[in-house]
Amino acid sequence: MIVSNEVAVAEPSRDCVAHLSRVLWSVLSFVTGIGLWWLATFSGLSVLPSPWTVLMRMIELAVSGQLWLDMFASLRRVLIGFILGSLLAVPVGFLMGWYRIARLVIDPWVQFFRVIPPLAIIPLAIVTLGIDEKPKIFVIFLAAFLSSVVSTYQGVVSVDRTFINAARVLGATDRVIFAQVIIPASTPFILVGFRIGLGSAWATVVAAELIAAQSGLGFRMQQAQLYYDLPTIFVSLIAIGILGLIMDRIVVRAEERLTHWQERVRHD
Amino acid sequence: MTDVQPKIAFRHVSKIFGDGPKAFTALRDLTLDIADGEIVTVVGPSGCGKSTAMNIVAGLTSVSTGECLVDNTSVKGPGPDRGVIFQQYALFPWLTVIKNVEFGLRLQGIAREERRERAMHYLELVGLKEFAQAYPKTLSGGMKQRCAIARAYAVNPSVLLMDEPFGALDALTRVKLQDQLLDTWSKDKRTIMFITHDVDEAVYIAHRVVVLAAKPGRLQEIIDVDLPFPRNEEVRLSPEFTEIRNKVWRAVYDRSAEAA
Ligand SMILES: Nc1ncnc2c1ncn2[C@@H]1O[C@H](COP(=O)(O)OP(=O)(O)OP(=O)(O)O)[C@@H](O)[C@H]1O
Ligand SMILES: [Mg+2]
Repeated sequence: MIVSNEVAVAEPSRDCVAHLSRVLWSVLSFVTGIGLWWLATFSGLSVLPSPWTVLMRMIELAVSGQLWLDMFASLRRVLIGFILGSLLAVPVGFLMGWYRIARLVIDPWVQFFRVIPPLAIIPLAIVTLGIDEKPKIFVIFLAAFLSSVVSTYQGVVSVDRTFINAARVLGATDRVIFAQVIIPASTPFILVGFRIGLGSAWATVVAAELIAAQSGLGFRMQQAQLYYDLPTIFVSLIAIGILGLIMDRIVVRAEERLTHWQERVRHD
Repeated sequence: MTDVQPKIAFRHVSKIFGDGPKAFTALRDLTLDIADGEIVTVVGPSGCGKSTAMNIVAGLTSVSTGECLVDNTSVKGPGPDRGVIFQQYALFPWLTVIKNVEFGLRLQGIAREERRERAMHYLELVGLKEFAQAYPKTLSGGMKQRCAIARAYAVNPSVLLMDEPFGALDALTRVKLQDQLLDTWSKDKRTIMFITHDVDEAVYIAHRVVVLAAKPGRLQEIIDVDLPFPRNEEVRLSPEFTEIRNKVWRAVYDRSAEAA
């Protein structure tokens, strides 16, 4: 942009160095962690499988296709539940933020269900929805919906009044204000809600699979536990962590793209 | 300024916020006429109801009793005939500078080409042409304020309501924008109601200075500024200017001292 010509020249190299040192520290931290793990198992201090054993099991499970099937099953549940939950949460959140009556009617229910851990709904969901995919997806849907609805609603009520007034004096009707002020102004909040929602959906799916499933990463761990198969448990845990991290990064990237106009404190 | 019909008229306007024991009188029985094409500045201690009075003309705040008329019709709500520049800049941070300026034009259904052209014209006027594609977060306070001015001008309102528009700016930018405001005014003679804390500024740009008193907010004094237009450095340094300035200062200061 035209805004800062001379700064733009100096920035890249400094940014590059900062980025490089960040990467170096991360690598160092990672290598140290694995090293400590290896030491602990090598010296016989712990009954955990060594990094090497886990890696071998991971390759084995990947080659046989088992790992991919498990990942796919878990991801499918999360994505269906999360997308349905968020799709419903956004309009409901807007409704609550915009109309007082809607807020008064819906909010007590949201607050009530929010304090119930989603997993506690599982027994009820299994009894009423059967033992197939439905109860799991429903529970994830609920987890994603509840966190997204609250943040959307928060976003709408915290839109600065002066933005609304500024639009009104320029001739904006309520409809225009909603579409062109309320929605963009609350986008940052909504995306934070998505991030939290996706996190809690992921946590919920794994736990749900531990309790009641015939597939998925949680189910695999539960099976491995029966046979005292520690390496498989490790592989599943690592897969859960990596997938969770990737999904979180995707939302963060989307957030950065959609709300780049925001003034924010830089934290690196 | 003895026009037949005032552009803006406050008729015994009172504004009370809240009710019961918590009721607070922000304005009491304000009666004031502002002529078409007149520049009126409003000064007074903090909390004396300056913004409240302006919001009433803008249609953003309703009166409790009395009536506020613009063009002889009672104000019912906001409209693009009255442009407002807010104490906080109130630019939309999610829109670029030019999209901010175009906002009101788009609502009027003006075609894209013309919209661009008009927005560019006003951006040039306030010296922000090169920043058309920038987002507000990359602008300085003064640039944001100038963008807000361009946005208000672009819809071509017949009344401009400005709430301490130059309050946050450095002295030099401030003087520049004052001259720019007067320059623009000399071409189109809009009616301007301008709120400020700065007594020099109030005298420099105005036909009349309205001094409000606080607790409760009410009219204290109206001071005519009999200085020639165009206003310039010479006027600013003249003994007549100093005299009027002192008069306004005394009107504001006496009351503040009394209230304290
Ligand atoms: N929405 C509101 N609800 C309750 N009280 C209000 C409201 N808006 C303003 N007031 C009160 O009315 C009084 C006048 O406020 P106003 O904003 O008009 O003052 P002002 O003269 O513009 O002050 P400043 O110079 O600090 O901007 C203040 O005491 C304020 O607390
Ligand atoms: Mg004010």
